[in-house]
Amino acid sequence: MKIPLESNKDFLAGMVFIVIAVTALIASKDFAMGTTLRMGPGYFPRVLGIILLLFGIVIALRGLRLPQRVEGGWGWKPLLFVLASMVAFAFLMERVGLVPSIIVMFFIAAAAGHEFRWLEVTVLAVLMSAFAVGVFIYGLGLPYRLIVGLD
Amino acid sequence: MEILSNLIMGFGVAVSLQNVLYCLLGCVLGTLIGVLPGIGPLVTISMLLPITFNLPPIPALIMLAGIYYGSQYGGSTTAILVNLPGETSSVVTCLDGYQMARQGRAGPALAIAAIGSFVAGCFGVLLIALFGPIIAEWAFEFGAAEYFALMFFALVCASVLAHGELVKALGMVVLGLLIGLVGTDVNSGLARFSFGLPQLTDGIGFTVIAVGMFAVSEIVMNVEKKEAREVFTSKVGSLMPSLQDLRQSAAPILRGTLLGAFFGTLPGTGPSISAFSAYMLEKKIAKDPSKFGKGAIQGVASPEAANNAATQTSFIPTLTLGIPGSATMALMLGALTIQGIAPGPQVMTSKPDLFWGLIASMWIGNLMLLVLNLPMVGVWVKLLKVPYRWLFPSIIMFCCVGNYSLNNSPMDLYVCAVVGFLGYILVKLECEPAPLMLGFVLGPLMEENLRRALLISRGDPTVFFTRPISLTFMVLACVVLIMMVTPAMRRKRTQVYQEAG
Repeated sequence: MKIPLESNKDFLAGMVFIVIAVTALIASKDFAMGTTLRMGPGYFPRVLGIILLLFGIVIALRGLRLPQRVEGGWGWKPLLFVLASMVAFAFLMERVGLVPSIIVMFFIAAAAGHEFRWLEVTVLAVLMSAFAVGVFIYGLGLPYRLIVGLD
Repeated sequence: MEILSNLIMGFGVAVSLQNVLYCLLGCVLGTLIGVLPGIGPLVTISMLLPITFNLPPIPALIMLAGIYYGSQYGGSTTAILVNLPGETSSVVTCLDGYQMARQGRAGPALAIAAIGSFVAGCFGVLLIALFGPIIAEWAFEFGAAEYFALMFFALVCASVLAHGELVKALGMVVLGLLIGLVGTDVNSGLARFSFGLPQLTDGIGFTVIAVGMFAVSEIVMNVEKKEAREVFTSKVGSLMPSLQDLRQSAAPILRGTLLGAFFGTLPGTGPSISAFSAYMLEKKIAKDPSKFGKGAIQGVASPEAANNAATQTSFIPTLTLGIPGSATMALMLGALTIQGIAPGPQVMTSKPDLFWGLIASMWIGNLMLLVLNLPMVGVWVKLLKVPYRWLFPSIIMFCCVGNYSLNNSPMDLYVCAVVGFLGYILVKLECEPAPLMLGFVLGPLMEENLRRALLISRGDPTVFFTRPISLTFMVLACVVLIMMVTPAMRRKRTQVYQEAG
């Protein structure tokens, strides 16, 4: 059975390592290398970058030799919603306060799941934001505004 | 009798109302997490870490430790009643524990698991108290070369024993080391890999990496799968094990404890490997091995004792040398650092209340867990009915607020999202994140010690091979690596993981 490169597990893993290693090597090209005696800030990163590059090549080659399929397909949709909920929370915190940020976060995060029940998510979001206010604001004394404009 | 007076001092610290409460909170949370499949101790600790930074160091550490060993207790409950490992370390408990439950002996299985864990926990705590000071004393002789060699050894072991393929695990270690370098270089003041973002000049917070690498990928992987959790709702029955059960389990508990205590101290080996080895050992020495897998009480007693003993003793290298042996311990070490405590052998002398207080609290915690788990098992089982679609947004909420509260800056969460993206892809490609975490925490330490060692030796790299302690670690690391490259050992390793599920 032929496995296309885009679902070849080890080939992709190798590529991820190679891309990161090359990025690190390019980013550290201006750091002074120094000598073994007096290592510059570039020594360790560059050595690590080269090792990672080698590992990446070995893994990618092995993927080509013994192809294995990525198991279970990619869950881009849940990943996207989970990450978006975190970004939305961070973006909103300074602007609208803790409670609305948590509620928005809950609705975006819940959309990652298989089922999205409006009532359930609403109840959960309200309960958990109340819980968060209790724990973080009153319990731990974090200095956040609850709802900008109302407090 | 210095140990005795130290322990008394430790108990003095641990029984203060505040510390007992945090210990209880940690144990309850740990059991909760252990019971719920799909939330591991790594995710929980990374999710709650930022929050504990608002606490003083001692209660923070006591609570985090409670979560960790509490989750080992909780994991066995799910394994026995639902045939699902609540934690990876309770995979083997499923084998015989679930069979016992099907034969209507869930009660004795739970009781033996809890008793085994308790005995092992007490023994583990005793070992820390006995050997901790000796190892710390010895570690004072360590120079930069020794530390570098030890960390090298720890990272090699962690990759060799990680799930999945060796090259990938090694690659993840190196990637972790690289990510650990982000931020200002201590020696030159140069900002490395900050990509022009001023927020990155302080480095990436380790909770950001932990949440991104463990929590995001675990949540997405769980959400992807359709929920299929069948709760075994039959009656737990009488909890009391019979006299025969106790007699049959006594020796396996002791063997499991010893094995687990040994494995716990080694870098890279954790509760899972200990539990698995303990099961294999019992099966090998049993008079009638065919009983295993069909409800042999020895198959519950020994692995449960082993995983809890390993959980306790894994604190030894972390607390005495400042070198974590597993990803969970790397998080504990990070918690110490953020609290402003430089990890290493000096912790015991400069912060004796922390060290001995933590140890004493572990003993108290184990006692609490015995009480929490046995009579209250019904409550925990009910929790299994909470659907995952309620759980995961709540986990994300804790991750968000916690990480945001570190610097009150949205940047941490943006970075966390990027790390989460990368983490999911890597986990999907079967690159384990645990070695990366270890590399990340050890990265800056390794560079510093490497530089210092070479500076002292005037640039002579043989320094790592001429000093006896350093040479020992280097040789051990090479032996472990070479062993793993030989085809026979490689097959054995794959086989072991297949059997372990």
